Amino acid sequence: MSTPGTSTTDGTAGQTPTQPHVGSVRGRVVTTVPRAPFDPAGGEARPEELVDVRLRVNGAEHHIRVPGRRLLSDALRHDLELTGTHVGCEHGVCGACTVLMDGRPVRACLMFAASAEGSEITTVEGLTRPDGELGPVQQAFVECHGLQCGFCTPGFLTTITAYLDENPDPSPEEAREAVAGNLCRCTGYQNIVKAVCRAAELRREEGDR
Amino acid sequence: MKPAPFVYHAAADVEEVLDLLAELGTEAKILAGGQSLVPVLNMRLAGPEHLVDINRVPGLDAITVTDDAVRVGALVRHADLLASAEARDALPLLGQALRWVAHPVIRNRGTTVGSLVHADPAGEMPAILALTGGSVVLRSRRGERTVPAEEFFVGPMESCVLADELAVEAVFGRFPAGTRTAFSEIARRHGDYAMAGVGLAVRTDGPDGPVQDARAGFVSLTEVPAVLDLTPVLEGAVAADLPGLAEAVTEAVGSFVDPVDDIHATADYRRHLAAVQTNRLLAGLLAGETTTTTTEETSA
Repeated sequence: MSTPGTSTTDGTAGQTPTQPHVGSVRGRVVTTVPRAPFDPAGGEARPEELVDVRLRVNGAEHHIRVPGRRLLSDALRHDLELTGTHVGCEHGVCGACTVLMDGRPVRACLMFAASAEGSEITTVEGLTRPDGELGPVQQAFVECHGLQCGFCTPGFLTTITAYLDENPDPSPEEAREAVAGNLCRCTGYQNIVKAVCRAAELRREEGDR
Repeated sequence: MKPAPFVYHAAADVEEVLDLLAELGTEAKILAGGQSLVPVLNMRLAGPEHLVDINRVPGLDAITVTDDAVRVGALVRHADLLASAEARDALPLLGQALRWVAHPVIRNRGTTVGSLVHADPAGEMPAILALTGGSVVLRSRRGERTVPAEEFFVGPMESCVLADELAVEAVFGRFPAGTRTAFSEIARRHGDYAMAGVGLAVRTDGPDGPVQDARAGFVSLTEVPAVLDLTPVLEGAVAADLPGLAEAVTEAVGSFVDPVDDIHATADYRRHLAAVQTNRLLAGLLAGETTTTTTEETSA
């Protein structure tokens, strides 16, 4: 568990505030002028301001008091102890942290918990049926061996769940396109694509019953 | 990979945003979709003292089609604009380009106006704003101003928005009747930043008639969005003339774009991709492929 309000070491410490900082984001050069650096050795300790956030996650209301900079992914994992949402790259590329916000998939690492107030969040925990049985996308992943280590799986499951709501009958090509924004380092994606198609089948069978 | 501390402000309305910006100036950043800003914060490439979250500000999520423009509010997500049949009918180039913006999950959250303010030379929407002769509406306590695209983009990752200003609306210009548009990109991986992208708007005299006007906009090929007027090369041309004009188009595009080398592609390769795509899109448009959206990728 992280401790709310505890400052972490700032990577810009040691630089003067006005010195331009050149870095890169996803391979692109970005130049910024950093804030006054956090100085753990001197200066006045600034207590970090906390904000009250009401989060509605998987149908349950939660009330947390966190720094404004708390990412939604961290709020879910640390404050709500819903550790099904995984944190991979933390800059929106890998897709492991994908959750549903009012039914639409979004990157939880690119949102602050405070911004999610008033929205209905669904995490991978919320994809399981009320009786504890696996949902259709989860079941399809089991049947098709759509995961190996499982790290990326929560992001795939949420992304595919939302995708099938919009496109209930995807072709294999469309299924591949649907998961293009999620990275998996184990499977080679073949079985994940199969799982998307199988999940669509399972959903149709349910609809027929 | 966590942002440095900041004071979080959930603004309730535009007036509160403008008050906060007037008071905080350069210490504050606007948070809209956050799909470009939050990675920068997470990596601590930026560390604003204050973040003004506009996600709950009412009145900024409208898409309005007028006779000469498609107006897009500051909180319209890329996905919403792409889903708007009215906007796509009025300006098909929007739909043709928006499906190239990152991945659907990023488009669900990222805003079109935010990507304009971010002014990434690899961004699709800045190129489209320039190609449509569009503008951005900026508001502050000092008043409101409308800045045309050619003045809005100042440098790579740099727009002219001042510290106390909120970009409230983007205005994409609609093309005159008889204009056909197309857009394509080539990237190493699907959904990744383009090595080179081209948008094209060509007006002809009737469906099979000669070219009257032709313009191209570029992604990842110029420091700031810039529009190449291809009319001098293409005026009067019909589809059958294109093979003979390909070299002249290649020359015009190649001398106009100003790409840089990086790990993904050399400048020369990007220049080549720019010319190849421009010629392909032209051929498609003049052959009557009115809804061309070339899907092109190289295998990684």
